[in-house]
Amino acid sequence: MADTALPMTKSAVVPSGTKPRRILSGRNIMLYGILIVVCLYYILPLWVMVMTSVKGMPEVRLGNIFAPPVEITFQPWVKAWSEACTGLNCDGLSRGFWNSVQILIPSVILSIVVASVNGYALVNWRFKGSDVFFTILIFGSFIPYQVMLYPIVILLREMGIYGTLWGLVLVHTIFGMPILTLLFRNYFSSIPEELFKAARVDGAGFWGIYFRIMLPMSLPIFVVALILQVTGIWNDFLFGVVYTKPELYPMTVQLNNIVNSVQGVKEYNVNMAATLLTGLVPLVVYFISGKLFVRGIAAGAVKG
Amino acid sequence: MGGDPENRTLKLLKVGAARDLGGPFSALYSRGERMSGQPKRLLRNLNAKIAAIPMVLTTLVVFVGGTIWTVVYSFTDSKLLPRLRWVGFDQYERLWSNSRWMVSIENLMFFGVLSLVFTISVGFLLAVLMDQKIRYEDTFRTIMLYPFALSFIVTGLVWQWILNPQFGIEGIVRGWGWESFSFDPLNNPQTVLYGLLIAGLWQGTGFVMCLMLAGLRGIDEDIWKAARVDGIATWKTYLVVIVPMMRPVFITTLVIVAAGIIKLYDLVVAQTSGGPGGNASQVPAMYVYDYMFQAQNLGQGFAASTMMLLSVLIVLIPWAYLEFGGKKHG
Repeated sequence: MADTALPMTKSAVVPSGTKPRRILSGRNIMLYGILIVVCLYYILPLWVMVMTSVKGMPEVRLGNIFAPPVEITFQPWVKAWSEACTGLNCDGLSRGFWNSVQILIPSVILSIVVASVNGYALVNWRFKGSDVFFTILIFGSFIPYQVMLYPIVILLREMGIYGTLWGLVLVHTIFGMPILTLLFRNYFSSIPEELFKAARVDGAGFWGIYFRIMLPMSLPIFVVALILQVTGIWNDFLFGVVYTKPELYPMTVQLNNIVNSVQGVKEYNVNMAATLLTGLVPLVVYFISGKLFVRGIAAGAVKG
Repeated sequence: MGGDPENRTLKLLKVGAARDLGGPFSALYSRGERMSGQPKRLLRNLNAKIAAIPMVLTTLVVFVGGTIWTVVYSFTDSKLLPRLRWVGFDQYERLWSNSRWMVSIENLMFFGVLSLVFTISVGFLLAVLMDQKIRYEDTFRTIMLYPFALSFIVTGLVWQWILNPQFGIEGIVRGWGWESFSFDPLNNPQTVLYGLLIAGLWQGTGFVMCLMLAGLRGIDEDIWKAARVDGIATWKTYLVVIVPMMRPVFITTLVIVAAGIIKLYDLVVAQTSGGPGGNASQVPAMYVYDYMFQAQNLGQGFAASTMMLLSVLIVLIPWAYLEFGGKKHG
């Protein structure tokens, strides 16, 4: 029915099949009209961010935020990246960016490794009590983080990694575990059991089967997990602010400190450039991954 | 491994039979707990148990242990450091007589109800529109979902800027000549929650739309055919047939969105910092953070976070009962 452009020339002959629909029917105008208006609401903030970030401050003060710039300048971007101030530090968002990268890479790797092996053990090597722990894990993901914030502070302090990047990596691994384990468990249980049995008969052990069969067969779900974790960890604010020191703050925390700082004259164009810079990583991931992103959040949510 | 797998299988079958009685056949039963009566139970399946250590530690130490710890210490008078000096329900009495906490709870209820109603109804309506076999579906979906990839911090800051009275929407409409036009939700305690709502809906409805669309696509085409044969109008089919059939999707969405709302924190921090007027847009998560890490009044923070846990349980337990209780016992 998507092909509404059927030729209508021979309308005199006996009609057969479904009634062809005109493209410009009232229904379609309504339908696409509403969708386009809705999309404008969604696009608007991105448009405003980009436009504001390439205007000079005089133009921002005069003009309207939706209008394209008269004169394009990348000065706000440069300033946001390397000169914007948080408190006494004036080395820009770049510090937050590199902190975030340093947090992101080990967190993503560690959480995916732990959760995928765990999901595999839960599907193929169940032991007494494994389902109980899994159930607690899933229900635990609904516990508000605020309840566990302080016990984790104590835990990290005892381990000597409170306030370090590694402490934050551990926290991300812990809180990524429920959703990722669920994701991997569901995926692995869709792999035919016969494969596992055959490998078992062939003498492959726990790790052999994991590396030679499960891993190569489940690359798509690893990509989904990667997308989920990269966006999730990059966008985290609460853990960053609680478990790191100011000089190690991730990008989101630093961004908030820059934009919501009460000192000085507000430079809206720099603020928007900084905001856009922070949003860039998840946006790039989103636009590259396309349908896999949808699949990731749907798999994570619906089956949960 | 290596070599021809079938040959190896045969060889193993022969050798295995001689080597031990379990041999390759016991391997077939390694799923589940078929061998539990045997000695060395702890060592059986050792690799799997090692692999599950992170999960076991996380569940026992962090989820269960951490939660119990916080609940226990919410009955103490911990200030700067946690200490076990019992004060009964004092912290809770103080909490519920604190006007800031009351405002937080009222805000959360108000914001929560509105954002649940709007995200779910708007999300469903958008999904229905997207389900009309439209062209450019992928483009529309990409546009509606991209805000979900952004953090609440980014969301809050962008909308703070758009709702800026001087340069944002209000300023522009006034610039068109409508001098008395007023649209400044973020600086008015009465309307600040609507400002947060606009941003929250922008970020989250695309996601709900995707969940709903997946639900709609999961409905059997025959149902539509039957409804069409019976001459039921499309909107009526949605309302009377499809919505009831999608009950599980609605419930799951409700639980996910509700659990997210209770955690609401970043968006408020970025967009309003809890203001205007100091606490017009405070939320419980903010109260917890401020008392735990700023005011150094841990006991209050623990009591407040325990209340947050309680509110999640109020949402979660009926859902878990509906979702799992019926199946297991029925």
